[in-house]
Amino acid sequence: MRIVVDRDLCQGHAACEGEAPDVFSVSKKGELTLLNPTPSEEQRAAVELAVKYCPTHALRIEED
Amino acid sequence: MTTQTSLRQPPRVSGGEGENGHLAELSEDPIALMARVRAECGDVGEFTIGSKDVVLLTGADANEFYFRAPEEQLDQAEAYPFMTPIFGKGVVFDASPERRREMMHNQALRDKFMRGHAATISDEVESMVAGWDDEGEIDLLSFFAELTIYTSSACLIGKRFRNQLDGRFAELYHDLEKGTDPIAYVDPYAPIESFRRRDEARVALVALVQAIMDGRAGAPPAPDGEADLLDVLMSIRNEDGSERFSADTVTGMFISMMFAGHHTTSGTAAWTLIELLRHPHEMEAVNQELDELYADGSEVSFQALREIPRLESALKEALRLHPPLILLLRVAMEDLTYGDFTIAAGKMVGASPAICNRIPEDFPEPDAFVPSRYLEGREEDRANPWTWIPFGAGRHRCVGAAFAMMQLKAIFSVLLQGWEFEAAQPLDSYRNDHSKMVVQLQQPCRVRYRRRVAQ
Repeated sequence: MRIVVDRDLCQGHAACEGEAPDVFSVSKKGELTLLNPTPSEEQRAAVELAVKYCPTHALRIEED
Repeated sequence: MTTQTSLRQPPRVSGGEGENGHLAELSEDPIALMARVRAECGDVGEFTIGSKDVVLLTGADANEFYFRAPEEQLDQAEAYPFMTPIFGKGVVFDASPERRREMMHNQALRDKFMRGHAATISDEVESMVAGWDDEGEIDLLSFFAELTIYTSSACLIGKRFRNQLDGRFAELYHDLEKGTDPIAYVDPYAPIESFRRRDEARVALVALVQAIMDGRAGAPPAPDGEADLLDVLMSIRNEDGSERFSADTVTGMFISMMFAGHHTTSGTAAWTLIELLRHPHEMEAVNQELDELYADGSEVSFQALREIPRLESALKEALRLHPPLILLLRVAMEDLTYGDFTIAAGKMVGASPAICNRIPEDFPEPDAFVPSRYLEGREEDRANPWTWIPFGAGRHRCVGAAFAMMQLKAIFSVLLQGWEFEAAQPLDSYRNDHSKMVVQLQQPCRVRYRRRVAQ
């Protein structure tokens, strides 16, 4: 799977970092960095929660 | 590629022959005006306020265009002239998305502060109802407007400042909100009664803040850990040792910080209660959910940050049907093209939560209160990110949305656990006053309360 970020929508709430800190990192200035754009299956549950709880719906998962 | 000649001007809606175009209709029934734009013109249509053309975009595609547009294309700095006399000159209405992102990370809306805020809010509701008898009557507008002055000042500025406020601050603040007649688009200082009261209220608020500042200046500093934003601002000095921020500037900053979260949260709380009174089986479902949730004695500060699905669905549905902002505005900074249409630089461009939240293709039974549309499997808010827009969308989406939902969950957790409510006037007589740009409930809007007896 691959994570797609819609940068027009991201406001840097960092909810994703809370759900999946190994995959998402949000700087003090609110800029999102994908630590791992292609997470493993073990990380799927956490990534799905990150997608679900993103307040601006800026994240989605693209399957391989 | 589209050629220049195939572009057309947005069609103009009927009416608006008077001197100020559709201004009179916008002051009387703005939702009917905007619904007519969509009915007559489709996704792109135009009306006029004073000398300004407003291109109204509706529907998912047009909204996506609107909400994705960068500042250089659609700017909101000059779109809300009615706010300038309220905030004061030099206090900006909104920051850039980049700055907003930074602010959110450094300030009170940050995730890690939410739990403390939830506890603060629950305490504020408790202290408002502490003065209630076993039964009585309240005015929804006055009650929630006062409550949300206390919660927003406590959470955003600090408890020390909050504890120096009383009902006077809420009343004056309300006069500011009432001074938002759309005639401000023609003249923000027009000689009308509500603008006069607005300006007097601002002067009186500055005097209140000045008195608080004077009191602090002569007193020992705040105890450790109790300093608030006002203490911080007062500690900032010019090179010659004088205070950097006057009471006037501080008041403007506080008014603007509190503005976005005040009438919006207050109105949503009131409409949620009204809709639950109109739909007793939904009230019962929410009460049952809360009873189960709090049966183990857990704290509101804990639960308000977690899922409360039935209550949240009721809140979302109240937001969909009664969005606190009915028309969002920007100014086109350059000539823009959307589909076949050209939008000339300088025109205003609008998006309408009131219209889009009720598009029947996206929201079946659009005018009905149906909280189940948000439950697992249906999730009509997530399915329609560009038309379910009580908080706007995209880069300017309300940064306080998560805070607002938490606050509303905390408010209803306390109110519904302790009290039963019933309408004190016909259920269909509650309505909004649309004569101002800041929409509020029309008074009277009274309900009766009765202390709940343990079952």
